[in-house]
Amino acid sequence: MNAPLSAPLVQAKDFKSDYKPVWCPGCGDYSVLLAIQKALASLDLRPENVAIVSGIGCSSRLPAYTSCYGFHGVHGRALPAATGLKVARPELTVLVASGDGDGYSIGGNHFLHACRRNVDLTYIVMDNHVYGMTKGQPSPTTEPDWTSKLAPAGTGVREFHPLVIALASGANFVARAFSGDPNGCAALIADAVRHPGFSFVEVLSPCVTFRPDQRGWKDLVHPAPVAPTDDPARAARRIMTDDGFNIGILYRGNRAPYHGAAKAATHAAAELEADFRIEETA
Amino acid sequence: MSSTQELSKDTAYADFMARAYAMELEANERYTQFADQLAMHNNVEVAMLFRKLADIEALHAKRILAEMRWSALPAMPVPYAWDGEAPETAPFESVHYLMQPYHALEIALRNELRAEQYFERIARSDAPPSVRAAAAEMAAEEREHVELVRAWMKRVPQPSAGWDDDPDPPRIVE
Repeated sequence: MNAPLSAPLVQAKDFKSDYKPVWCPGCGDYSVLLAIQKALASLDLRPENVAIVSGIGCSSRLPAYTSCYGFHGVHGRALPAATGLKVARPELTVLVASGDGDGYSIGGNHFLHACRRNVDLTYIVMDNHVYGMTKGQPSPTTEPDWTSKLAPAGTGVREFHPLVIALASGANFVARAFSGDPNGCAALIADAVRHPGFSFVEVLSPCVTFRPDQRGWKDLVHPAPVAPTDDPARAARRIMTDDGFNIGILYRGNRAPYHGAAKAATHAAAELEADFRIEETA
Repeated sequence: MSSTQELSKDTAYADFMARAYAMELEANERYTQFADQLAMHNNVEVAMLFRKLADIEALHAKRILAEMRWSALPAMPVPYAWDGEAPETAPFESVHYLMQPYHALEIALRNELRAEQYFERIARSDAPPSVRAAAAEMAAEEREHVELVRAWMKRVPQPSAGWDDDPDPPRIVE
């Protein structure tokens, strides 16, 4: 008998749940789900040691489709929930799944402060430049001249630049991935999880129903032509001047992660009660 | 080809078969995912077709496992690697909720053609003779599959223009 090659201990399929995704056939989010499962397996993590937190939207359905701990939270509020979880349970690997509407509009404020706090989280935003779940309204990353029945003249409003905003706000790792390459996306997510602090991975994930034009992204994406830098100003300049389709790690910083305030000394309940004791008068 | 016993000691051959097995397994998983997606969107006919394609790939994978006497997926060796996903795996974006059986078979045909090219390339490479012989055999099998899928495509109706027109579209129309 042939000497068996040793099989990996944890496999991507170990991170699958019994629930079947309801995303539209062809949606990029299927690929991101697979990439996350592959990344976690490649890191030799166990589902019980991982939590995935999300907000609302197509992409935020993701936790239910994994066997990890999951929290499908309030619209735009995935990051504060994940921050609390990571600070309280630092031994868990915490991922946050979001979309361009949930993450940059409804949760825009939380995005800035999560970058600033630099808690050890991996934030994966599936960006398709549209609100898919609510039938195709323009989102913060929609191009100003994209026209649809809901925005016949386009928004005329400049789009949000999440990668630069993340850099300016203090994110410690910034990368752009493409859902059309699940293995490449998995490798970037694994790098993001390994990197300490707040890691932000923007995944270009086409919405084939409301943005069928995004099927053409596969012909536009290309590897970032330069190595990652640890200089945020240089990274910002590169991102501001690229074509939006550079794929790879764009910034790898070295800020120390925030672990939360030092725990206060615990008191026995009887000690706390002592302050509130009502002395009986004779 | 040498006897199975001799081949089982051949590391290069085992590496090649591990790749071939992974390719079949990945194709099986992707067809299953497509079947689930189409079933979820009530496109039962295409879901069943993808399920059938998944079963066929599972049989191929099982045959390799049996030949190599492996119990599960071995670790992926470096040699005979491919770029991105395996040659017989269709991209996620290939499917559409209104697609018809003909479209599914078009996907299968492209996959079989890519698999044939992959094995052909190895059969013509400077790999060890045992690997080249096995690759040539698999390329011939894939060629057979190409012809089978082409014959299958002749038995299903070709989609008419506007096959993706939805009388009740997902987009809000004012």
